[in-house]
Amino acid sequence: MKQYDIVIIGGGPAGLAAALEAKKSGAEDILILERDRELGGILNQCIHNGFGLHTFKEELTGPEYAARFIGQVEQERIEYLLNTMVMDISPEKVVTAMNREEGLFEIQARAVILAMGCRERSRGALNIPGYRPAGIFSAGTAQRLVNMEGFLPGREVVILGSGDIGLIMARRMTLEGAKVKVVAELLPYSGGLKRNIVQCLNDYGIPLKLSHTVVDIQGRDRVSGVTLAKVDENRKPIPGTEEFYSCDTLLLSCGLIPENELSRGMGVVMNPVTSGPVVNESLETNIPGVFACGNVLHVHDLVDFVSQEAASAGRHAAAYVAAEKRTQVGTEPGQQSGSSITIKPQGGVRYTVPSTIRPQRMEEEQILRFRVGDVYKNCYISMYLNGERLAHRKRPVMAPGEMEELKLKKEQLLDCPAGSELIVTIEEA
Amino acid sequence: MENRELICIGCPMGCMMTVTLEDGRVTAVTGNTCKRGDDYARKEVTNPTRIVTSSVLVEGGELPVVSVKTREDIPKGKIPETMEALKAVCVQAPVHIGDVVLINVAGTGVDMVATKNVQAAAGR
Repeated sequence: MKQYDIVIIGGGPAGLAAALEAKKSGAEDILILERDRELGGILNQCIHNGFGLHTFKEELTGPEYAARFIGQVEQERIEYLLNTMVMDISPEKVVTAMNREEGLFEIQARAVILAMGCRERSRGALNIPGYRPAGIFSAGTAQRLVNMEGFLPGREVVILGSGDIGLIMARRMTLEGAKVKVVAELLPYSGGLKRNIVQCLNDYGIPLKLSHTVVDIQGRDRVSGVTLAKVDENRKPIPGTEEFYSCDTLLLSCGLIPENELSRGMGVVMNPVTSGPVVNESLETNIPGVFACGNVLHVHDLVDFVSQEAASAGRHAAAYVAAEKRTQVGTEPGQQSGSSITIKPQGGVRYTVPSTIRPQRMEEEQILRFRVGDVYKNCYISMYLNGERLAHRKRPVMAPGEMEELKLKKEQLLDCPAGSELIVTIEEA
Repeated sequence: MENRELICIGCPMGCMMTVTLEDGRVTAVTGNTCKRGDDYARKEVTNPTRIVTSSVLVEGGELPVVSVKTREDIPKGKIPETMEALKAVCVQAPVHIGDVVLINVAGTGVDMVATKNVQAAAGR
């Protein structure tokens, strides 16, 4: 069986950044496994601009952002396999994968970095009634068709869901000559970034109907129209508010779900809120030496933050491998790490990544990322350690569509007793 | 004096800004958290511009299309003409990031450049 120090599952933005940072941190033997024909992941189809402002201090398109990382991976001679699908990972970190050249094969890894990304919520998961005609696509599928394969999937379009990909595709389809009639959003607020409402909808006069959903899809062979209805506060359609829109295409942009079949298969404990692994400060799962980063861990809005998070996972994986090589076989370096602080999200904070922190193991500064469950205006985001307030930051607006972060310093946590609790909560002004 | 509310599109922060105008001249920008926001606000109320991204056909490439962008932002009003001009463009593989695919698009003085590397298809 082939052996590698670090095997990275997925060659998208998370996998690439994790590989580079692991290499920089001294790891030698790194392998990236990618199922597509090229590295870069979803960035390859995100041809719009706005990537890299944090990382490179300039505004890049998705493929340009990916190319910078791919260039560095090539330069560092980090190994990767394309067109290679990982089928299974065992708790002992044996990775089973297959491709056309080698068939089915196994690799023993010392550390695994999960970087599989996420996928879109499908029509089936949304329970939209009606026939099953052609012309219903996830926004991401339409994005790939238009931007990489050169097809325009429709002429008259209705979009359900105001996630960022849906908004981006509203503009993209419009620019390519399609008529985007409306974007309907079930919730009373948009799930996308404010800037995308401005530059993708407002710029092109595309209406956004909040608190609306699709109640019927017409057409047997091809979509011929959809019926929208307003929903009440329980998200139930209100009879009498139905409106028919003739269209040949319905795009769905209704949320992203981390792709964790492999993680579950190997026994990684999941957080039901994020649908991603529960991780500690090192972004390490309950299985020592198995790390997670990027959209497989929790869905991000910004690739820059994915790269940052993945770099952290890469660093910790390299440290794990180095420690494992130093200690005798059989001792798990993750086990002897001192006390652990549990982070409790409360009062509108839905989750945090990480979920636990071992102060002895944390870096000088730790970023805590989280999302809120509703729109909050002029509130404070606060952190309490065993009742003592560590942070109290004013936020003019917080919304579920925009990830928030707080920073923690090692010195703030070093002296706290075992079993400590860190509460992250929203407080009224 | 006139106040206009804007949401910055400079980065995903989406700062909410207020631009104060007097006789069509910008006298103040508030709410921005960086210089980019100030620049955007001043432009947006006088001459709004956008970077346009799209794709053009590729001949003999491993992919049928290559993504492109205006090297700089162009006036918003020039976007339809830019899209129209791109329809006629077909480039020969290989294409590299930064290659100019169309000079001076829609008379804006700005070039359209490739944003992806597309290699020639194997066996050609």
